[in-house]
Amino acid sequence: MAECHPVGYQWVMEARARGAKVFHIDPRFSRTSATVDRYLAIRAGTDIVLLGALINYVLSNGLDFREYVLAYTNAATLVNKDFRDTEDLDGLFSGYDEETGRYDPSSWAYEGDVPEEEEPVEGGGHHAEAAGSDSYGARGAGASATPPADPTLTNPRCVYRILKRHYSRYTPEMVEELCGIPPERFHELAEAITANSGRERTTAWVYSVGWTQHSVGVQYIRAASILQLLLGNMGRPGGGIMALRGHASIQGSTDIPTLFNLLPGYIAMPHAHRHDGLDHYLEREGADTGWWGNRRAYVVSLLKAWWGDAATEDNDYRFDYLPRLTGDHGHYATVMGQIDGTVKGYFVVGENPAVGSANGKAQRLGLANLDWLVVRDLMLVETATFWKDAPEIETGELRTEDIGTEVFFMPAASHVEKEGTFTNTQRLLQWRERALDPPHDCRSDLWFFYHLGKRIRRRLGDDEIDRPVKELTWDYPEIGEQRDPDAEAVLREINGTGPGGRLLASLRELKPDGSTSCGCWIYCGVYADGVNMAARRTPHTEQGPVALEWGWAWPANRRILYNRASADPQGRPWSERKKYVYWDAGKGRWVGPDVPDFEEDKAPDYVPPEGAKAQDALAGTDPFIMQSDGRGWLYVPSGLSDGPLPAHYEPHESPVRNALYGRQANPARRTIDRPENPYNPALSPRFPYVYTTSRLTEHHTTGAMSRPLPYLAELQPEAFCEVSPRMAEELGLENGGWATIVTARTAIELRVLVTGRVRPLRLNGRTVHQVIMPYHWGYSSGGVITGDVVNDLPSIVLDPNVYIQESKAGTCDVLPGRRPRGTALLDLIERYRHG
Amino acid sequence: MGGGRLSRWPVIRQLKGEDGRGQAARSARTDALRPRVEGAETVARSVCPYCAVGCGQLVYVKDGKVTQIEGDPDSPISRGRLCPKGSASKQLVTHPGRQTKVLYRRPYGTEWEPLDLETAMDMIADRVVRTRRETWQQTHEGQEVRRTLGIASLGGATLDNEENYLMKKLYTALGAIQVENQARI
Repeated sequence: MAECHPVGYQWVMEARARGAKVFHIDPRFSRTSATVDRYLAIRAGTDIVLLGALINYVLSNGLDFREYVLAYTNAATLVNKDFRDTEDLDGLFSGYDEETGRYDPSSWAYEGDVPEEEEPVEGGGHHAEAAGSDSYGARGAGASATPPADPTLTNPRCVYRILKRHYSRYTPEMVEELCGIPPERFHELAEAITANSGRERTTAWVYSVGWTQHSVGVQYIRAASILQLLLGNMGRPGGGIMALRGHASIQGSTDIPTLFNLLPGYIAMPHAHRHDGLDHYLEREGADTGWWGNRRAYVVSLLKAWWGDAATEDNDYRFDYLPRLTGDHGHYATVMGQIDGTVKGYFVVGENPAVGSANGKAQRLGLANLDWLVVRDLMLVETATFWKDAPEIETGELRTEDIGTEVFFMPAASHVEKEGTFTNTQRLLQWRERALDPPHDCRSDLWFFYHLGKRIRRRLGDDEIDRPVKELTWDYPEIGEQRDPDAEAVLREINGTGPGGRLLASLRELKPDGSTSCGCWIYCGVYADGVNMAARRTPHTEQGPVALEWGWAWPANRRILYNRASADPQGRPWSERKKYVYWDAGKGRWVGPDVPDFEEDKAPDYVPPEGAKAQDALAGTDPFIMQSDGRGWLYVPSGLSDGPLPAHYEPHESPVRNALYGRQANPARRTIDRPENPYNPALSPRFPYVYTTSRLTEHHTTGAMSRPLPYLAELQPEAFCEVSPRMAEELGLENGGWATIVTARTAIELRVLVTGRVRPLRLNGRTVHQVIMPYHWGYSSGGVITGDVVNDLPSIVLDPNVYIQESKAGTCDVLPGRRPRGTALLDLIERYRHG
Repeated sequence: MGGGRLSRWPVIRQLKGEDGRGQAARSARTDALRPRVEGAETVARSVCPYCAVGCGQLVYVKDGKVTQIEGDPDSPISRGRLCPKGSASKQLVTHPGRQTKVLYRRPYGTEWEPLDLETAMDMIADRVVRTRRETWQQTHEGQEVRRTLGIASLGGATLDNEENYLMKKLYTALGAIQVENQARI
């Protein structure tokens, strides 16, 4: 965090100055490690072992926050009698199909819930659908708001007992054997987090892509969620699980998603085989209880925002205009489509996949097989210039004269040359003012897509397939000489309007009858009463620490999600010290320094009437209002594709055998078995080292926004790998010299940095060396500095829930000296693959 | 400060034991120096474009040029601070290596060629319309899908919400579903 989010880290340092104990758990010793109470070096790809052992420590010592756990989680809920755990099946959950490598999740459901019929998709069998929206997670396989439960926690089929049994094998000894963390260090951590949780205290966890970029990535986060729920650390000040995101508005681009599986506000894109009309879609996409129960209002308002008067009740509000999914249409599937020739045209907008995505060669082979490519950026990034300077040109695998891709480089406006909102890592929208016009041909992406849309509409005829574009609401005021569309007008459309064009103040005003329109229901209220709330700038010196008058956080300007849980079931603060949002019986509402993430006037003793829907079906003691049962889910009965509980599996490429189960890697992981994507065999002596990739303070992602800047280039001039003195000695690597890193994909050369910060890990008497590589360099980018592409090393193997690649843990070989040039490089890789 | 010219010379004052970091370091040149931001004609309130912390920035402009970018002391997130990247962001928007003109590489071409912005926009629109029509899928395995797998898009995490919104809206209406960004990576 000190390295990649330095200014956010000032708050960690302040907390530490006030007595907070800070641990840093990371394969790599960074500026964070240098400033904490305890740094724990861990083998990359083993965090579920550590988190599982912490869960086991809590459960076997009775250290869970029992009142919180009983009232606010599904610990007491009973699970289907057909469910079988990894304990019963040596690393598999019930429902696994060896042939397809997929799970049928129906046996994971709560007792009494009838799993809905899934139509056969992708390969013929029933299986868990991946990359769903958040409404999948809340769907609960038709879960009722009050499933059968055993509050005594003695029934062997209650979640608490299942959890306890599942994690019993996650011991400190296992942590030592798999993670490389000694038992005394484990105990220090376990004692610290449990002592610092409960009524009086809270503990927070912070993670980043070190947890997500794995073939079991979603389950890493799930494991942390279980731990935090058991300790009562969710929805409370100083608690939670913070995802530190890496780009200025990557949160915003998830909320208003340029993602294949979602529509704005985490609404699922419709699926051809799962959904017919709007009614059928709504029936299947989300639970009827909890806030997703209002999804008709969210979806209809979105369709009204997009198709305006053309969207009517009679035509299902033009739900049929939405294109349908049939499976994985994610980034890596798209690249394979490029190599296969089905994807002809590609827009790359402020991203640089030739350097930033796993298996860079596959990326570039895809680019080289397009008909046309549009790259919009500030700099000539590698994705724009691959046709003349990609590594494949040097090896002879590609020839410039043979590449038919037509390339348009469209220069972008910088952040100061356009106005609009970023959503930061805390869901906070902040409006940026425009300081000046962009130079020459530089234009904002708003300008580009608006004017492109206008041109496309002019070119279309009256064909049926053109109607969704022709009828689209696409009319924004144009400002200035450059005719930039008015970003505030777009933000107002996102906020939503009611009858007569009145701007909506709250998502509660959204209606399912077509009388409201709203581009993103969770952002409704950002323009309440005609005020751009994201532009508010009351100085921090003039308001309290929650700072509600700086920008605007979704939803409804709430700063801590699920903050009803900061009070006990009766609505009283858990303690004076941790007082936050609580029930004021005199006023008849929830009060506190934050906006309550709960109906303001729903009393703690509210009991839902029989047959209640949406939020009315949740009791006054149910804080997790997006879930069908209002509870935090220790156990996930539906919505995940690789199991209801996190289990440790080794990375797809690992030098270590899985000591926990007979299953080596995630049984449901997605591999791409193609010649462009060869894998290192697991446990292969040819690839004995573990590598992980990282970032540096002085650079940003693929370097396009940092390598061309002399200030930053001078601070971190060369691509390097960091290794331990012992590894350097064993391999003859010299500090400041060169090393060649080899995987089945390719080999790259990096400068060697030998430091004691990297320690060889002792695992059950065996030594495992790790290689740490920042990935900011590339072959061009108008860079003042260049270097080999670290992301050419990882393979494409994906988490089965979200299709994120495993680039944080893989295996490699390391050789002293520079890599071979030209065809000699290909010969080297051939020898590794077949030698 | 009394005394002659020599006694006002900072070196003398520092040798005499005054604290070299304070008044004793002042010179006539120091007194003549003005902060870069002082002459700014406008100041825009902005947000750092690098990581997702969202530090406040103040962008100072004079004569149509960015003269300085500093941390916004009012921000409850950053309290005026910026990291090395945020502090270098003036260079990000002003450095001479920034590409400000449209470039075109024709199929099988070996060099970039210049291209007029309006022409480029028309050419791109032509290609979208053509590719969409050529790759249109009305049905897939007997189900209505109304889409094209011929056009894909990557990027969004560095853009504004309003930009992502228009992108998703336009792509969806066109039937392009392979729309992705860094959040998947």
